[in-house]
Amino acid sequence: MIRVESLVKRFGDFTAVDNISFEVRKGEIFAFLGPNGAGKTTTIKILTTLMKATSGRVEVDGLDPVKREHEVRQRFGIVFQDPSLDQDLTAWENMELHGVLYHVPGRVRRERSETLLKLFELWDKRDALVKTFSGGMRRRLEIARGFLHTPKILFLDEPTLGLDPQSRNQLWTHVKKQNEADGVTVFLTTHYMDEADRVADRIAVIDHGKIVAIGTASELKRQTETESLEEAFLALTGSTIREEAASSADQMRQFARMWRGGGRR
Amino acid sequence: MSAIYILWLREVKKYTRSRVQIIASLGQPLLYLLVLGFGLGPVFQKAGRGSYLQFMAPGIIGMAVLFTSVFSGIALLWDRQFGFLKETLVAPVPRIQVMIGRTLGGATVAMLQGLLIVVVCLVAGFRPVSLPMIPIGILFMAMIAVLFGALGTAIGSSLQDMQGFQLIMNFLVLPIFFLSGALFPLNNLPKALAVVTSLDPLSYGVDGLRGALIGAAHFGMSIDAIVLAVVAIALLCVGAWRFSKIEI
Repeated sequence: MIRVESLVKRFGDFTAVDNISFEVRKGEIFAFLGPNGAGKTTTIKILTTLMKATSGRVEVDGLDPVKREHEVRQRFGIVFQDPSLDQDLTAWENMELHGVLYHVPGRVRRERSETLLKLFELWDKRDALVKTFSGGMRRRLEIARGFLHTPKILFLDEPTLGLDPQSRNQLWTHVKKQNEADGVTVFLTTHYMDEADRVADRIAVIDHGKIVAIGTASELKRQTETESLEEAFLALTGSTIREEAASSADQMRQFARMWRGGGRR
Repeated sequence: MSAIYILWLREVKKYTRSRVQIIASLGQPLLYLLVLGFGLGPVFQKAGRGSYLQFMAPGIIGMAVLFTSVFSGIALLWDRQFGFLKETLVAPVPRIQVMIGRTLGGATVAMLQGLLIVVVCLVAGFRPVSLPMIPIGILFMAMIAVLFGALGTAIGSSLQDMQGFQLIMNFLVLPIFFLSGALFPLNNLPKALAVVTSLDPLSYGVDGLRGALIGAAHFGMSIDAIVLAVVAIALLCVGAWRFSKIEI
């Protein structure tokens, strides 16, 4: 479903993604793990047409994201690291808007929105403005929205960041359910090893822009002779804390988070 | 096309929902209209120029449309900060459609705001001289709204965060308003001021509104319409180009 060959992305003299290759099979849940600044989000941005690679070959459902941008966009759903809902619209309106942008015909759109909002336990709140939602509800709405146009692939970039264990648990249950029902391929990144251990069929560990290991959770544990995925991860990536230079976009996100903390914009 | 429509609808919905903001936004025009209108009225009258309220009402309508349309363009920065912009930019929709939907939505909102100010002006005692000319006045409002909506989009696409906002306000939007002749007649001005006012697109907007609403245009309504149309098209192109360059 996804094929990446010798992918390189440089920003000036900094190499964010350094010659990585991997493949994601149809219908599998594939986790991308790595410390801060390892190149996870950069890879996702390249796969989702938001960024151009410096070199290498990328295929999403057999298509080149640069040359066939729109077709590729129609094929995936994405839940970003940061929220991307319109908080001044209702849950239902956010779904509607997404459906129209993805060319989902009216009747199908309304039916699927209803099914998904019910599945993600948001149906009772469909006419409430998103700004009144809790963090967990917003996350669920984003994921429900990501499924609306029946994507072949769903990208989840740290979808559980900042959620309590209950919401995290519920969210993965839903994703897993949808993966089994639709056969949708899921490509996720997370910092929580227990999540990857629980939901992912295969895991790739990336560090300093390179893939250091790839395989099932038990393969990774066996390879590093460790008991848990957390230990395996630390064995593969070392235990030094990574300093990530904050870009202006990051600073802005923090600013936006501060604002959101205060309630209304 | 449906993408343009839904993004347009979003802007309009957001506007009609923000009742408190609508009421708040009436404060400034009211202040100008009542305090300047009645405060400077007697002097204006003595100078033999008739009613100042009649004269400045089209200027205040122009001001309301200017502010609302520029700000709804700059609201792009909010969508960037709150993340919604990403949702529209990663959708399988050409960016130009996203830009057009947003800009038209912002322009519609600015029109609605302008019409609200028209009502306020009528309450304050403003009387348009000819009813059949009112649609022409609305047409000028629409041109002002699209022109400055496109300018707002161009600015919003070029700024990274809200830091530049004050700069834009003080060195662009307010000068556009003050130099437009919204508050003073454009004839017999000092040379330098006359040149600057004739370079301000809003001058033509306010002038067109005056032509339609009080039957007194300085440049002439057809010149006003041509200048507005040309500048609006140019700014739409700049806006579309800046919007296409946004990186997230």
